[in-house]
Amino acid sequence: MIGALARTLAALRNFGNSNFATLMGLLVVAVAVVLTIQHVLQHGASYFFQILTIGIADGSIYALIALGYTMVYGIIELINFAHGDVFTLGAFVSLALFPLFGVKEGTSGLGYVIPLLAIAIITMGLVGMVNVAIERVAYRPLRHAPRLAPLITAIGMSSILEGAMYLWRGPYRLHYPDLLPATRLNINGVSIGVKDLIVLTLAIALAIAFTLFTNLSTLGKAMRATAQDRDAAQLMGIDINRTIAATFFIGAVLAGAGGIIYGLYINNVTFDLGFISGLIAFTAAVFGGIGNIPGAAIGGLLIGVIAAFNNGYFDSAWTEIVIFGILIATLVFRPTGLLGMRVPEK
Amino acid sequence: MTRLRQLIRDNRSNPNAIAYAVMAIAAVSFPAIAQFATGGNADYLVSLAADGGVFVLLAIGLNVVVGFAGLLDLGYAAFFAIGSYTYGMLASEQLISSPIHHALHVPFWIALVLGTFIAAGAGALLGAPTLRLRGDYLAIVTLGFGEIVPRFFRNMKDWTSGVNGISALDVPTLPFWITGPWANTQLAIEQNFRFVSFNATAWYVLIIILIVASVIGVNNLYGSRLGRAWMAVREDETAAAAMGVNTVNTKLLAFAIGASFSGFAGAFYGAKLSLVSPDSFGFIVSITILSMVVLGGMGNIPGAMVGAILLYWVLYKFLPDAPQQVSALADNLGFHSLNVVTPDWPGIAEFVSRLKFILFGLILVSIMLLRPQGLLPSRLRSQELQRGVHDESAVVTS
Repeated sequence: MIGALARTLAALRNFGNSNFATLMGLLVVAVAVVLTIQHVLQHGASYFFQILTIGIADGSIYALIALGYTMVYGIIELINFAHGDVFTLGAFVSLALFPLFGVKEGTSGLGYVIPLLAIAIITMGLVGMVNVAIERVAYRPLRHAPRLAPLITAIGMSSILEGAMYLWRGPYRLHYPDLLPATRLNINGVSIGVKDLIVLTLAIALAIAFTLFTNLSTLGKAMRATAQDRDAAQLMGIDINRTIAATFFIGAVLAGAGGIIYGLYINNVTFDLGFISGLIAFTAAVFGGIGNIPGAAIGGLLIGVIAAFNNGYFDSAWTEIVIFGILIATLVFRPTGLLGMRVPEK
Repeated sequence: MTRLRQLIRDNRSNPNAIAYAVMAIAAVSFPAIAQFATGGNADYLVSLAADGGVFVLLAIGLNVVVGFAGLLDLGYAAFFAIGSYTYGMLASEQLISSPIHHALHVPFWIALVLGTFIAAGAGALLGAPTLRLRGDYLAIVTLGFGEIVPRFFRNMKDWTSGVNGISALDVPTLPFWITGPWANTQLAIEQNFRFVSFNATAWYVLIIILIVASVIGVNNLYGSRLGRAWMAVREDETAAAAMGVNTVNTKLLAFAIGASFSGFAGAFYGAKLSLVSPDSFGFIVSITILSMVVLGGMGNIPGAMVGAILLYWVLYKFLPDAPQQVSALADNLGFHSLNVVTPDWPGIAEFVSRLKFILFGLILVSIMLLRPQGLLPSRLRSQELQRGVHDESAVVTS
């Protein structure tokens, strides 16, 4: 009896890395692709491109959040649960700044671009400083504590941030000014929203700028060195605390920008928005290979597109199940994500 | 008597023994004291304590996974949901409206065992392909699983009534039951006893019995060969494997045994509440249970229990009561203006109730900063933290 049980368990255990399992996994993917193509053909090309642009625009926002997750994880191996709420904070802070700069809904033309830019810079700076403060207060003192201690303080910080926004604006769904043009381009009978194009251009430009920054600047080099081996980096004269603080700052800047872009795109925000967005962005980071910067961006885009396809062609009640199912499947079949490298265990 | 005195002398400075003793005395005397203190209106408090007992069970179970075997589980509420839904479907009219058109009324005691095994089976099924993953990857898989399960139950409308959940669950029955002054009635023996929802004391006694049985069981596991294998895997998986520990089976057993506790906790929870709804098992529940274990002291059974009791009290008694208390306090101190609602000021009670997220977060952060090892850490773990070394003698004696 116990022998049979052990054999079954062993078979199950080996299932993950057997060729048969890989084949099954590919089969499931193939069936999903075929079903999607069938639905796509039914609904026509125009609908397809509409869904695709929504997916890429959503996905680019997820990518901005996922970058912060993946950087923080790469450098101190912490799942920063407060990161999703930093994203919401970006939306809330910018929302409060709009009246100060006289930006009102219905303002048209290029005149509002400069105040909007100023609002974005102030928001990103403020949110960055908040994230640095969180790191200083809640994570740095616990750097040598048991692994779970900073995880719990991260959850605590997430609760504090949500609580602060709740106290500030209450539990209501807040309207975010709709400033982006609502016009649609018509290319060969395919209608694409200008709004979607602006959102995805902004987000992708930020993600690329950030990737270039980590690859080319001295600080980026210090960040990568710290992520690889903190002690060795310190021996090479890198100020670890400063580098980690800078990582949190940049991660929050991207999340804050994501918050503004989200607000402009979706036009409403609630205080607990960061929770599920954070989880989905985190999934994107894992999907792309956690700790891997281009991986997070590509993972974000893919998750956004998959979610949009599921919402558009299938049942939106199952979207999150599909996303988290992909998360589990990725980890079972390819634990290091799409772009992650296999690292030998120490 | 001399043996008792000897026992007390031996354990006088053992925090675990003291914690067990205090909890045992408190558990036995709580209903009577509560009834006495409130003049016989303590049913609400006793019922709340019985609900809190569910979280104590969950913390004991998660402590096996996280504390003993060192596997971070961020989706523990999924197994809790599986246990609750198992009971909800097996012991109500629910299945009449499902595609099989036939209601099962499995007795509570059998459903309790079934729920335990089904949750353990789900733990083994999830664990088998994923336990090869190390550390945080496993945590992420459990997080995903914890997000999927409640949504799955919500979407399977034909079987589970979707968002409405399953209601009117069967209650446990017993051939007889003893009632007395502790439950605010005369001392008597009731025949054919049913656990009706307003009999808070009966539920309280039942959960205390379940907790005591679980503590005895887990304590034995902790000292067993399997328990030592768990510690070995937690401390150094490679070294444990080199010493001949079958690491994957060891982890799988930790996962399944941990899940089984939430299985029967779930059955109890469903039966007591008489409602199983997909909203009761979200990520926040997993996180709360994890916080209980970590706050109390990972790897230490009384620690996890203390953490669970404390955090449950904060979340379900202290924070909900705080607005009225503060409002009354403001009145008593003469600050009546604080209770006046104006467009700019929602009133002190509403203000305090909006503070609940911040207060919860502050409690988590400050306890972790002040005591990263938890309130009542295991001796082995606290020694590691203080000296940064593994003390061999501690392994043998703890």
